[in-house]
Amino acid sequence: MSHSIRTNRNVMTKQADAANDSDAELRGDIIQIKDYNFFYDQNSQVLFNLNMEIPERKVTAFIGPSGCGKSTLLRNLNRMNDLIDGIRHEGDILIDGHSIYDPLLEVISLRKRIGMVFQKSNPFPKTIYENIVYSLRVAGRSKKSELDETVERSLKAAALWDEVKDRLNQSAFGLSGGQMQRLCIARAIANSPEILLMDEPCSALDPIATGKIEELIHELKKDYTIVIVTHNMQQAARVSDRTAFFYLGKLIEYNDTESIFMNPKNPQTEAYVSGRFG
Amino acid sequence: MKIKNAFVRTDKPAGEVWVWLTGLGLAIGLFMILFLLAIIAWNGFNYFWPKKVVEITLSEEDGYLFRGGPTVAGVITQERGMIVENLAPNQGYLLDQATDNPDYLREIQLYTGNRDVYGQTFAYLNKGKIESIEQPKGILMVERLEWGNAILFPRKLVFADGTEVSVEDPEFDQVLRRELSVVRERRSVLDELERRQMGRINLRIDRARNELRYFNSLPVLSERQASERADYQDRIERLNAELQPLLDESDRLRAKQQQVTFHFVLPDGAERSQPMGDVVNFYYPNAMSVFDRWSWFFFKIWEFLTDYPREANTEGGIFPALFGTLVMTILMSLAVTPFGVLAAVYLREYAKQGPLVSAVRISINNLAGVPAIVFGVFGLGFFIHVVGAQIDNWFFPRMVAINTPVFGTGGILWASLTLALMTVPVVIVATEEALAAVPRGVREGSLACGASKWQTIQRLVLPASSPGILTGLILAMARGAGEVAPLLLVGVMALAPSLPVDDLFPFIHLDRKFMHLGFHIYIVALQSPDTEATKPLVFASTLVLIMLVVVLNLTAILIRNHLRKKYMSSTF
Repeated sequence: MSHSIRTNRNVMTKQADAANDSDAELRGDIIQIKDYNFFYDQNSQVLFNLNMEIPERKVTAFIGPSGCGKSTLLRNLNRMNDLIDGIRHEGDILIDGHSIYDPLLEVISLRKRIGMVFQKSNPFPKTIYENIVYSLRVAGRSKKSELDETVERSLKAAALWDEVKDRLNQSAFGLSGGQMQRLCIARAIANSPEILLMDEPCSALDPIATGKIEELIHELKKDYTIVIVTHNMQQAARVSDRTAFFYLGKLIEYNDTESIFMNPKNPQTEAYVSGRFG
Repeated sequence: MKIKNAFVRTDKPAGEVWVWLTGLGLAIGLFMILFLLAIIAWNGFNYFWPKKVVEITLSEEDGYLFRGGPTVAGVITQERGMIVENLAPNQGYLLDQATDNPDYLREIQLYTGNRDVYGQTFAYLNKGKIESIEQPKGILMVERLEWGNAILFPRKLVFADGTEVSVEDPEFDQVLRRELSVVRERRSVLDELERRQMGRINLRIDRARNELRYFNSLPVLSERQASERADYQDRIERLNAELQPLLDESDRLRAKQQQVTFHFVLPDGAERSQPMGDVVNFYYPNAMSVFDRWSWFFFKIWEFLTDYPREANTEGGIFPALFGTLVMTILMSLAVTPFGVLAAVYLREYAKQGPLVSAVRISINNLAGVPAIVFGVFGLGFFIHVVGAQIDNWFFPRMVAINTPVFGTGGILWASLTLALMTVPVVIVATEEALAAVPRGVREGSLACGASKWQTIQRLVLPASSPGILTGLILAMARGAGEVAPLLLVGVMALAPSLPVDDLFPFIHLDRKFMHLGFHIYIVALQSPDTEATKPLVFASTLVLIMLVVVLNLTAILIRNHLRKKYMSSTF
């Protein structure tokens, strides 16, 4: 399967290159959302006819007022919403050109390729070490050297290594709020995913911890495709390369971050980013 | 002025009265619990305390004497007013006498012991007819193997060779204590010999004898069966030969126990004697220092917990009952925990929530309210008559043929399973609540890491809910350990010949009947020949039962707190 994905991606990359010739910086669209509608139950539709491509190894921010569906869309990318009874969707989401709703695809293998960081940091009631290697352990990998190497690599990537390297075997609950959130990021990248989803990762943190996470996002985008949902427009402006503005379940405007904030084409977007509503 | 009144005085906060009412509710509850514990603790501990013995001299005027004599000795256990309506016609004069001295309408209950002589344990004396009460130093309280305690004045010890040591001899006390330790030592040797060594051989003889009975029950024996039967006959003979020297040894020791005779005088003046071998222990109740009393008190508690009962449970310790209760409760916990946790995991995590699951949940809750005896009947009808009988058919066909069921009769396994069934709703409900309390974030985090649902449950949800599961287990144990009614049907015994766990292969004998503290209390309180005499024993056993439940619960609570610390979820 990985072979077919690889081939597909090459095809996709070529197509993308052809389509976005003007934008040479885009390396290809890793996520494609096609005519996507999403319902929590028969009557309440929360996403309306979305079409968008999310580029590889860039930071894409979803912004919009509360209840606009940005978190719902994010949580559909790794099918986290499957946990909710009665949901339904139309259209398709492709990752590397492969539908995430493919009945032959195990949702577990999808989630192994997509790391996720939540709004409220959710370390497991285990040691720091065991938190990081959790995704490896559930995948049945338990070679000590591999686990050790993963812990060091992930914690360094999450800029947490120096702070916790002496207490890896202590409970994760002993960390501060910002450290916990960076631990969750380290955990999300431990299994080397391709995509990192972040659902308002800084909303429960103070400005200093937020600054650290934002720096981290800058570092991580060299290796990962990052999709971040944020309420904070300054944050979106600081960290993202592309920004999508959602309103009432519809994608209003999607463009380079600079254009969205400096030169919005849609009056609603302009009103939102200039703080006149939302 | 007007403003002040309107502003301050009239506005009382609504509902202040209810605070007092809620406090009152709690106070009444607490008071009842403390009162209950205090009553049981006081009466229970009182059983072990060496109380002073009084010698009472009665006035001779009315001929209402104790066995025709004026003196009687014993422990005053109660003093109470006589009920006038219950007086016999010839006691009417007491009313007249009582106008001068109200003591004539008061009655003293005196524990006199010496049941072999007096035929009863208590004497009831009219307080008005007591001339004097003394506490003689030399009076001795003797615990005996049979007939309960004796209260007496020692006279002399007569040895096998005819030599005597009289009570006047300054060394008498020392000699008496030495002889006591000799017979106690010998008794423990005898105990080891009979209970352990002979018991071991007897068990094998019983097994061989059962086989023999099976072959004897067959109408025709094949050649192979005949030779097998002969084998068993040989084995029984061999074992009997092995047993013989032990029997001889035990006879020899028993004879030795009778060699030294203890002569004494009862308080009423009758001279009697008894072999030293009958004496379990003795003390001088009126000549003990405070330290002596306390050490006797703790010694008696220890003895009570570790000794086997004597004389149809009315004397001695409660060790087998204590042990049986403990083993049964542990077996029950081992059965109920996995069963309840698995059921709760399915109900909460996998079952699609809907009317069917709700109905199941309500049924489980209702199951907790079914009377315990119903579970006993179910245990008898299902575990014993269906499961046990089937096990016997498969594994012990010979025992079935001679009508000696192994698992097809009551036993500790079936008792434990019956109680497990009774307490499983508690565990299910507690586990479900604990599962529901695991934060959604933890589950989502795990799934986002690529874990399957089962991996999430196994690695995160169950460990995190283990404190809650243990809470359920604590409640289950508290209910199961004290339950008696269902046990009556599924294998409890007033006096079990052997323990459910011992050092004989296979060590844990799940088919054995067992003793249980709750049932023991019932037996001692209501089924013993002299219920008045065993009353203190009832309180002491009850105290032990409460303590056992407390200890089991404390252990579980300690484990739970440890787990809670370990899995305490983050809050900020």
